Amino acid sequence: MQQKDVLPMKTEKSDKRPAPAPVAEPITGAEAVIRSLIAEGVDTIFGYPGGAIMPIYDALYDFQVSGQVNHILVRHEQGATHAAQGYARSSGRTGVVFATSGPGATNLVTGLADAYMDSTPMVAITGQVAAALLGTDAFQETDVIGITMPITKWNIQVTRPEDIPGAIAKAFYIAKSGRPGPVLVDITKNAQFGKLDFAYEACEYIRSYHPKPVLDLEQIDAAAALINASKRPYILCGHGVLISDAQNELIAFAEKAGIPIASTLLGLSAVPVDHPLYVGYLGMHGNYSPNINTNECDVLIAVGMRFDDRITGDVSTYARQAKVIHIEIDEAEIHKIIKADVGVHADAKEALQALIGKIEPKETKEWLASFKELDKQEDEKVRNKELYPTEGELKMAEVVRLISEKTGGEAILVTDVGQHQMVASRYYGFKSPNTNITSGGMGTMGFALPAAMGAKVGKEEREVVAIIGDGCFQMTLQELGTIYQSKIGVKIVILNNNFLGMVRQWQQLFFDRRYSSTEMTNPDFVQIAKGFYIPGKKVSERAEIGAAIDEMLSTPGAYLLEVVVEKEDNVFPMVPAGAPISTIRLD
Amino acid sequence: MQKEYTITVYTEDRIGITNRITIIFTRRRINITSLTTSETEIPGVYKFVITVLATRELLDKVVLQIERLIEIHRAFVHEEDEVVYQELALYKVSTKSLQNGNIERLIRDNHARILTIAEDYFVIEKTGHQQELLDLLKKLEPYGLIEYTKSGRVAIVKWSRRFHEHLKNLSQKQADNLPPGTTHPESNKAGISL
Repeated sequence: MQQKDVLPMKTEKSDKRPAPAPVAEPITGAEAVIRSLIAEGVDTIFGYPGGAIMPIYDALYDFQVSGQVNHILVRHEQGATHAAQGYARSSGRTGVVFATSGPGATNLVTGLADAYMDSTPMVAITGQVAAALLGTDAFQETDVIGITMPITKWNIQVTRPEDIPGAIAKAFYIAKSGRPGPVLVDITKNAQFGKLDFAYEACEYIRSYHPKPVLDLEQIDAAAALINASKRPYILCGHGVLISDAQNELIAFAEKAGIPIASTLLGLSAVPVDHPLYVGYLGMHGNYSPNINTNECDVLIAVGMRFDDRITGDVSTYARQAKVIHIEIDEAEIHKIIKADVGVHADAKEALQALIGKIEPKETKEWLASFKELDKQEDEKVRNKELYPTEGELKMAEVVRLISEKTGGEAILVTDVGQHQMVASRYYGFKSPNTNITSGGMGTMGFALPAAMGAKVGKEEREVVAIIGDGCFQMTLQELGTIYQSKIGVKIVILNNNFLGMVRQWQQLFFDRRYSSTEMTNPDFVQIAKGFYIPGKKVSERAEIGAAIDEMLSTPGAYLLEVVVEKEDNVFPMVPAGAPISTIRLD
Repeated sequence: MQKEYTITVYTEDRIGITNRITIIFTRRRINITSLTTSETEIPGVYKFVITVLATRELLDKVVLQIERLIEIHRAFVHEEDEVVYQELALYKVSTKSLQNGNIERLIRDNHARILTIAEDYFVIEKTGHQQELLDLLKKLEPYGLIEYTKSGRVAIVKWSRRFHEHLKNLSQKQADNLPPGTTHPESNKAGISL
C-alpha cells in the first residue's frame, strides 16, 4: 500500500551567508536581482545582454566596477549554460546564467536540459517582456516558462519587483538541495524597473518539497544483511557519490568488506583509478571486467546512479543473478529501470556512513582476482596497442595517456561527446574527486569548450584540460572569444580525425560502412586560435606529441593543441546498443 | 495489463501546475481520459483527480515522477476498488418528449433528476459511474437529445485515515506563495499522507 509515512522530514543544513542588512531606500527590481545573487555568495555570472534584461545589466555595472561580482561575457547563450555547468561541477557551487528574452532564452535550452540530466545546480535568469505584453507575441517574447518546464527542476516567472528576492532565494535552494538541477527565473521588464523595499532571506524550506529524505534504518539493515551474506558484492559508483561528497565514505565502505568498485561515466574521479579495489569504468565503452562481472556478482550495490541504458544494455539480462541494493536520493529513480531488492532512499553519504558500521569484513580475494583475469584480455586485445602503439598514425588513447602522465592525473579533464570522450574517460588516470566534467546523459556536442572555461573560473588553481573532437569543437568554437577576452587559462586539445568518429564507427559496424555525412573537411584550427590571439600548435607525429603537450602545459594561459589522429579508429570494448552487457566486444 | 486507474495529486496553488503534471504523462505516452481539479477544504491546496488507462507498474513510476515536482505534496495511484467515486452528467432534451409518459419513468428508474425546464428544452442531471451515465444517454437518444456533457471524476480514498488532519496541519505552515518569506521554524514536519 502507499500509506508510507512521510513525516518527519529534515531540511538541509544551510551553508548560506547571514542575511545582508536591508537596504534603506527602495531599490529597483534589477538591483534586487544583483543584491540577491551577492547574498547567495555568487561571485561569477556567465551571460549575454539583450533588450529585456538591460535593466539588470545596468544594475550589474556598479557591482562589477566595485569588484563584488564578476560577469563573463560569452559569445552565445548556450556557452553560458555549459560554462555555468563547468563552474558548478569544478567548484561545487551553483552556476549562474543571464540571458535576454526570446532567442536569448531559447539558446539556453540545450544547456538546461544537459544540466537537468546530469544533476548540475544552475540558476538561469532571463529577462522577459513587460507583464502587460505577455502572451501578445511582443518583440522577443517567447514562452520560456512553457519551453523549459520539462527540462528544469523548477522555474518561475516574476512579474512584480517585490517578488524578486523570494523567487531567487527559492531558486538557489531548489537548484542545490536534494538531487541538484537547473532552475530558471524569468523576470519581466516592468519587475526589473519597478521599486521594492529590499530585504533578503535565504530559503531553507518549502512545504511541498522534501529534498533530504530521512534515513530509514530498516533499509540500511536489510542492505547490510544482503552484503554480509554475499560472496561477490560489487559497488557501482555514480555521480551521486560526488554530489554528496561521499567518496571517502564509499572507499572506507568498500575497503572494510573488500568490495570492488566500478564507476559510471559521471562517477569517474570519485575513486582514484589506482585504488586496489577500483576495477574500472562501466557501460557501452567501459572496461571489460566491470561489465562482464556485473552479470557475475551476487549483490549489486548501486550508489547515486540511475541505471542509464548506456550502463545496462539489455535490461532483461542485466544483473539478473544479483540482489540489487539501490542507494539514491531521488526516489523516482529507485525501481525505475532496475527493480531493487533493497531501495535505500537516502543521501549517499549518510547511507554509507550508516552502512559502514553494519557490514562485516569478508574474504573476496578470488572475486577480485576474477577482475584481474578479465583485465588481461582487455590489455591484450585493446589496451596495450591503444596506449603504447609504435607504428601507424597517432591513437587518441596514447595522447590521453600522455596528458594523464604529464598532469599526474590531477588536471580537471573536460570532455565533449563521442569517441574522444570515451577514450579520455577510459584512459585518463583520475586521482582527485570532481576532476571529470563531461556531458553524460544528454551527450551534448559542443559542451567541452565552454564547460572548460567555467571549470577553470570555478577552480583557478587547477590545470583544466579540455579534450575535444574536431566535430564538437566546431559547435561552440566562438567561445574562444570569451577565453581571450576574460583571459581564461584552459588547455584545449583537439583530437582531429576529420570525422564525426562515433557516428562513423556505428556506420562501420551497423550500417555497412555507409559513411553518410560524417566526414569533415576541417579548417586550420591553429589559425583559428591565432585569430583569437590564443597560441597553438598542430602535431601529427608520434615523436613530437610528448614535447607538444609539455609546451602546452608550460605555456601560461590558454593554448590550443591540435593532434591529428588515426582517421578510422574504433573505440573498443563496445556493447552494441540494447544488447546484453555480457556480449561486450573486444574487437 | 492496462486498466483504468484513478490518480490523485495534491498540489500547491501555482500557475502552470496542470502543465507540469500532464507533461509527465505525455512523456510516457499515457492518454489522460479525464481530469478534475479544484481547491481542497484547505485554501491554497489543490486536488487533481486524473483517470488514465495504463499499467500499474508504469503508474507507480509516474506518481514518483509527479511527486518529484517541487509544488506537489503527494501523488497516489488507486485501483478501482480503492476509491469511492462519482461523475456527473447533464442531458439537455427537447420539451416535446415530456408529453411522453415514459420519460418520467426513465428519470425515476435511473435516479436522475430534472434541473431546469425551459419552454423548448429541459435539463436532466445524473451522477454515477461512466457506464451508468452512458446507459442513460442511450435511453434518452430517442426522446430528442439536444446536448450531453459529462464531468471528470471526483474520488475519495477508502483507506484514508487522517487525511483531513494532515491537510489542516499543512495549512498551519506557510504556503508556497510569494511573498511572504520562505523559511519556516517547523520545517521538519513536512509532508502529508492519506
